[in-house]
Amino acid sequence: MDFSYSKQEELFLQMIREFAEKEVKPLAAEVDEEERFPMETVQKMAKIGLMGIPVPTQYGGAGGTNIMYGMAVEELSRVCATTGVILSAHTSLCVAPILEAGTEEQKQKYLPKLASGEWIGAFGLTEPNAGTDAAGQQTTAVEDGDCWVLNGSKIFITNGSYANVFIIIAMTDKSLGTKGISAFIVEKTDPGFSIGKKEKKMGIRGSATTELIFEDCRIPKDRQLGQLGKGFGLAMKTLDGGRIGIACQALGIAQGAMDETIKYTKERKQFGRSISQFQNTQFQMADLETKVQAARLLCRSAHYKKDHGIPYSADAAMAKLFSAETAMEVTTKAVQFHGGYGYTREYPVERMMRDAKITEIYEGTSEVQRMVIAGKLFK
Amino acid sequence: MNIVVCIKQVPDTTEVKINPQTGTLIREGVPSIMNPDDKGGLEFALQLKDKYGAHVTVITMGLPQAEAILREALAMGVDRAILLTDRKLGGADTLATSSALAGALRTMDVDLIITGRQAIDGDTAQVGPQIAEHLDLPQVSYMEDLQYDEATRTFTVKKQLEDGYQVLQMQAPCVVTALASAVQPRYMTVSGIVTAFDKEVEVWGADRINVPEDHIGKAGSPTSVFKSFPKQLKPAGQTFEVSPEEAVELIVNKLKEKHII
Repeated sequence: MDFSYSKQEELFLQMIREFAEKEVKPLAAEVDEEERFPMETVQKMAKIGLMGIPVPTQYGGAGGTNIMYGMAVEELSRVCATTGVILSAHTSLCVAPILEAGTEEQKQKYLPKLASGEWIGAFGLTEPNAGTDAAGQQTTAVEDGDCWVLNGSKIFITNGSYANVFIIIAMTDKSLGTKGISAFIVEKTDPGFSIGKKEKKMGIRGSATTELIFEDCRIPKDRQLGQLGKGFGLAMKTLDGGRIGIACQALGIAQGAMDETIKYTKERKQFGRSISQFQNTQFQMADLETKVQAARLLCRSAHYKKDHGIPYSADAAMAKLFSAETAMEVTTKAVQFHGGYGYTREYPVERMMRDAKITEIYEGTSEVQRMVIAGKLFK
Repeated sequence: MNIVVCIKQVPDTTEVKINPQTGTLIREGVPSIMNPDDKGGLEFALQLKDKYGAHVTVITMGLPQAEAILREALAMGVDRAILLTDRKLGGADTLATSSALAGALRTMDVDLIITGRQAIDGDTAQVGPQIAEHLDLPQVSYMEDLQYDEATRTFTVKKQLEDGYQVLQMQAPCVVTALASAVQPRYMTVSGIVTAFDKEVEVWGADRINVPEDHIGKAGSPTSVFKSFPKQLKPAGQTFEVSPEEAVELIVNKLKEKHII
């Protein structure tokens, strides 16, 4: 693995940093405060090709690497974690499974519109009674002539009310357990499909997290994604990739909090000097910086393996576990360094601490990541 | 329509510090960027490409590392990139620079030449106008808007003045110098970045431009720098909290004190 950025990656970093700074950062506080999905930002992202970074050019994508995609999620999340997760859910959870398991017709139909950002993607696995125990799917899909008929509901779906295309996991044969689970592509306009309530959340408040409801939702047979009964495996594989995206989001939040804290501690004077001059500040910040850099290498290494077709499931789990816990630690300490000001919305670290928490929960809790890592150790 | 945009790699002066002892720029560790006015000019060119299908070439004269801004321009959507680099071109002042660039431009079929108004490292605003003089072409500097009429091959250019603007018309071929503040340059696209390094950057030496050696490089540079110094910050102004009537009297008296009125 190469630890330095390629010339291409350097140019990409220059672009995405400028984009994040000029287009995303100015809206971050407002998007959080008003719990508003930043559609105008998504449109700007679409215009420069960010919605289809790792999609091959033959499907209208940019033909970039997963490492570049990870850099984009990191840099967006550094200034606005909401924007970071919109891109992550779209790319890792909707575009990736179509690329992985879609038929040529499905790829031709969905990928160009998703890669261009004309359509936004989402993924539905979690249910009220199937969270970490994802095998307990209660949403069903039953064959009826030329159609599949879906019934049930999904919760906590990122991009829910703004997505046009959903990858939905449902039970097609309960008697077979996880081998009776299949994946489907549902479109927003399908009959019997509707968006339920929108969650009021602690953090990433601009991302539209909603319930999805299927009431005799009829979709054509050709919307089955991958083989019948292979949906659970596809969902797990999708989450393996998604975890690196969320790891990059957590990394971005941590880096953003580091940036703010370095700036603040240099400016803030107590006892006649900048608080950055106190050794307590310096030692704690040195430890945090070390963890952030370690998280970045874990993310890069996991994406490198994905780009090169090397198994990366445990790497993704380690990247997410470590980055999420680092984000929580860095943001909590960032608020502490800011003192009373850090607890107010005058400073972005308050938002960053709220945003960081979800990275320890979604796309597999930290406990699930430990199960995945341990599973590799003791198999 | 063929457009050539002349661009320059400059140190990001927002990151540059001045050595207090010598008064010179400390360039070590300072990132290099595409000069902002040049980037504005490039955006105008790319808008003409979007609208009229113009073919856009960028050219820079500089060290081999200036290739970075040519790759950036390719990622923004230009069609062709030329790096004019040669030891013989080193140490050039604005006159030698414009001679070399004009030499390169003479070898091309060009309808519109765009340069930035000025570079943030030298701030002379001379190279663009000098290129026009070398090539004996009409020019408008301080351009903040540009329209093209295909039928008459005429450019209508809005030129910024201190207290307003002029609208001027020129027939192609011609030269404009662009303002960064007039336009928001587009971002590089992801696919542009992915393919930017597969495209060719043409490397031209002094032998390609057919300009006498005493017109280029150090030999062609009559300028010698007497002294360079950092910009002095103006002191903060005074604030008076008075009624409008008192304010008029106060201002008039101040202007009289300074012999302005």
